[in-house]
Amino acid sequence: MNKPIRTLAIGCLVLFGLLLLNINYIQVFKAGELNARSDNHRAREAECSRKRGPILVDGQPVARSKASHDSLKYLRTYSHPELYAPVTGFFSCIYGTTAVERSENSILSGSDSSLFVSRIIDLFSDNQPVGGSVLLTINPAAQKAAYDGLKALPGRTRGAVVALDPKTGAILATVTTPSYNPNLIATHDANAAIKSYKQLSTSPGDVMLNRGTQQDYPPGSTFKLVVAAAALSNNYQPDSKVRGGTGIRLPGSNHILHNENGYDCGGNSITLTQALVVSCNVSFADLGLKLGATTIQDQAEKFGFNENLLDQLPSAISKFPTKLDPAETALSSIGQYDVKASPLQMAMVAAGIANGGAVMKPYVVQQLRSPDLAIIGDASPQPQVLHQAVSASVASELTQMMVDVVQSGTGSQAQIPGISVAGKTGTANSSKTKSPYAWMVAFAPADNPQVSVAVLIERTGVSRSDITGGGLAGPIAAAVMKAVINR
Amino acid sequence: MSTGVAPRRVSNFVPRKRRGAELFLLVIALVVGVSAYALVGLGTEGKVPADIVEYGGGLVALGIICHIAVRIRAPYADPIILPSVMALNGIGLAMIRRIDIARVASDSSAHVYATQQLLWTVLSVICFVGTLIVVRDHRRLQAFTYTFGFAGIVLLLLPLTPGLGVDINGARIWIRFAGLSFQPGEIAKICLAIFFAGYLVMKRDALALAGRRFLGVDLPRGRDLGPIVLMWLVSLGILVFQRDLGSSLLFFGLFVVLLYVATERSSWLVVGALLFAAGTYAGYKAFAHVQERFDGWLHPFSNPDQYYQIIQGQYGLAWGGILGRGLGGGSPQITPYSWTDFIGTSLGEELGLTGLMAIILIYGLIVERGLRTALVCRDPFGKLLAVGLSVAMALQVFVVLGGVTKLIPLTGLTTPFLSYGGSSLIANWTMMALLLRISDHARRPVPELHLPSANEQTQVVRMR
Repeated sequence: MNKPIRTLAIGCLVLFGLLLLNINYIQVFKAGELNARSDNHRAREAECSRKRGPILVDGQPVARSKASHDSLKYLRTYSHPELYAPVTGFFSCIYGTTAVERSENSILSGSDSSLFVSRIIDLFSDNQPVGGSVLLTINPAAQKAAYDGLKALPGRTRGAVVALDPKTGAILATVTTPSYNPNLIATHDANAAIKSYKQLSTSPGDVMLNRGTQQDYPPGSTFKLVVAAAALSNNYQPDSKVRGGTGIRLPGSNHILHNENGYDCGGNSITLTQALVVSCNVSFADLGLKLGATTIQDQAEKFGFNENLLDQLPSAISKFPTKLDPAETALSSIGQYDVKASPLQMAMVAAGIANGGAVMKPYVVQQLRSPDLAIIGDASPQPQVLHQAVSASVASELTQMMVDVVQSGTGSQAQIPGISVAGKTGTANSSKTKSPYAWMVAFAPADNPQVSVAVLIERTGVSRSDITGGGLAGPIAAAVMKAVINR
Repeated sequence: MSTGVAPRRVSNFVPRKRRGAELFLLVIALVVGVSAYALVGLGTEGKVPADIVEYGGGLVALGIICHIAVRIRAPYADPIILPSVMALNGIGLAMIRRIDIARVASDSSAHVYATQQLLWTVLSVICFVGTLIVVRDHRRLQAFTYTFGFAGIVLLLLPLTPGLGVDINGARIWIRFAGLSFQPGEIAKICLAIFFAGYLVMKRDALALAGRRFLGVDLPRGRDLGPIVLMWLVSLGILVFQRDLGSSLLFFGLFVVLLYVATERSSWLVVGALLFAAGTYAGYKAFAHVQERFDGWLHPFSNPDQYYQIIQGQYGLAWGGILGRGLGGGSPQITPYSWTDFIGTSLGEELGLTGLMAIILIYGLIVERGLRTALVCRDPFGKLLAVGLSVAMALQVFVVLGGVTKLIPLTGLTTPFLSYGGSSLIANWTMMALLLRISDHARRPVPELHLPSANEQTQVVRMR
């Protein structure tokens, strides 16, 4: 009977081995995920009673933990709640965390492995662990200019602004309206917090949605930049002749695609620059058909479409559809059909053109510091090239064309006196009943770009006929760029 | 083998008493138990518990009593089993005390379990010593094979008796008598282990006969399937009428394993596995409570309210991490039944991965020593009984710890020596006494025998 007993011993070894492997899996590999779950009371309570590190903008805290004199000891407080809510998110003992409060939680809460030494010191000195600080890339002047610009529009405007440093990909501003007050959710009064959360999450206008990064929209005419980039990269020149005229029949249908207001774009054969300056639908639909869907798709993906762009904030993936028939290709080339882009994505298109064709990976965290203010990791993140979208020469040709758009075309409202601005407007139709989306993407100064910006207005209290990208979004783009350049 | 010629050497095993080693390990085990109790006080109230001297003294006294009993009654017994058990029992007591403190803190009228568990420990030690004294030779138990079998079945059926049995948390495995509740299934475990061993020693020759060969496996003859099918039906009965998935699995698994060891036919494992799969499938299809267990295992987060316990167990483990929160530093009391079924995750939370792994290794050590006892044991009944006791322990630990850590579907079994519960504690201590009894016999020097030479007639040797 000894042989089966030996076999049995191996069997028992396997059973115990499985037990050991399983707890290793849960307590080591899965622990982070389980502790991050919002209904984990152990983790939430410990986080709530801990001094959480501040979130800083330009050295000033926009979120910090104040001593609260109740059982949880510290209350998370947001100093400019609506202005920074899309970046900071909220920290709640009931609802967990969002945005940077979530993505940098390990640093803020002090549980990050890079803070291990200070945790050990806390352990021996019997101090409560404290969190490190997170410095954002946000430029406060640009952030405020963007927010004020959207708030100045009539009605309860739904809109977003994203501004980037084209050379690095640092996010200089990300604003969304209507915004919300995270203090209402962070409060230790559980009933009030629950009531506020329910109210905010069901309020019209999705106040907790960051329209700048988390939502995508038809980019409309701003997408013509991508098509123009594809054309210039495929043997077209800014003065190459392209098709103009009032309309183009979509292949395989009787539908005629017209220009806005039946305009003829200035002739039946116009230059590529002219087509961009007047935002000629016919030209770009025709260009799209000539270049082919795959070329446009490749170009779009080089600017960041169809991939996740940002981990530090909730972000939507911008989409350029695959497997298009010619009619769909024509519509996609003017940013309609199923093309969807977040304002962040369109700011990256502008930034890529501004940066000699190199699209930088966006980021919103500039620096992390331990509680004793020592810098964790790099003093500032190493800028990463996401893709080389176009060659430097194509980028400079496109820049010149975009300067023309602002100087003499649809983007004149984005002009800044004394500074050369490059830009492109867009007015995208969503549906017959909804008002069109107004877009403006721009960068400045054109010869040495410091800022690129995308402004989107989803809905505002302006009559339908008055909604144009240049008119509504242009001045906001100008104000944001001015705030960055004049610093 | 049945003719009774004892082989002179089963292995190259040299008999030694090793009682000094046991005492040394026992001291370590007692240090672990008493310091765990002190740490609970430090972790929850910031000071060493006021009754540390009484508590520590009591635990040490219990340990010493066990040691002396083994030294006198089973001098050659395995030296590792008793210290392992003592360490687990001490850790369990400390953890139960720790959860008591947390529960009383939130509700001053909450029931206190640690004191009772201490009482159960005393009773367990009495049973342990008593078993060593009463059972002087494990082979005598073989004479009562059917008595134990009958007793085991009666104990299993007791909870179904109207007026005696009570439903607790949906399972009907408890009896309440004179204000005390008791889980007779735990004692049935010992009776059935003895019954299985005795029965299979008698029947193993017949059961070892091969029938048809299929896919490289010698399947047993159809007419020999009787006992396994009967045991399968009993297990299904436990599942259906008592809604006790854990015991059902434990008893059936134990029987199949012993059948395999007794007959040396792996085909019994195949038959057992097939029957088990069929039973599980039928149980899954027929009973909502089985479906719930599977659902809670696979998708606990799909219904956080219903699977609150398993989710909290997971959170507890995650919160413990590698080094644990320290005794008194976590919140194990959040998990329902954190002092009984879920004491595994409570320990994982406060002692961390490190502590929980150490505990699992201690169980592994007990099982390994038990199987080693079976290997060196010279009589088939003792062999089978030692295998049965060890495998029962291994299966129970796997099923309950695997269940609470979401490795397998959750079933209601107690964690041996750790969980709060008198029946479990007493039964497991008694099982260890039996194991030590077999071990003492197995490790004893072989009586000097006149060796039969080839041309001599075989002699019958009486060992009693």
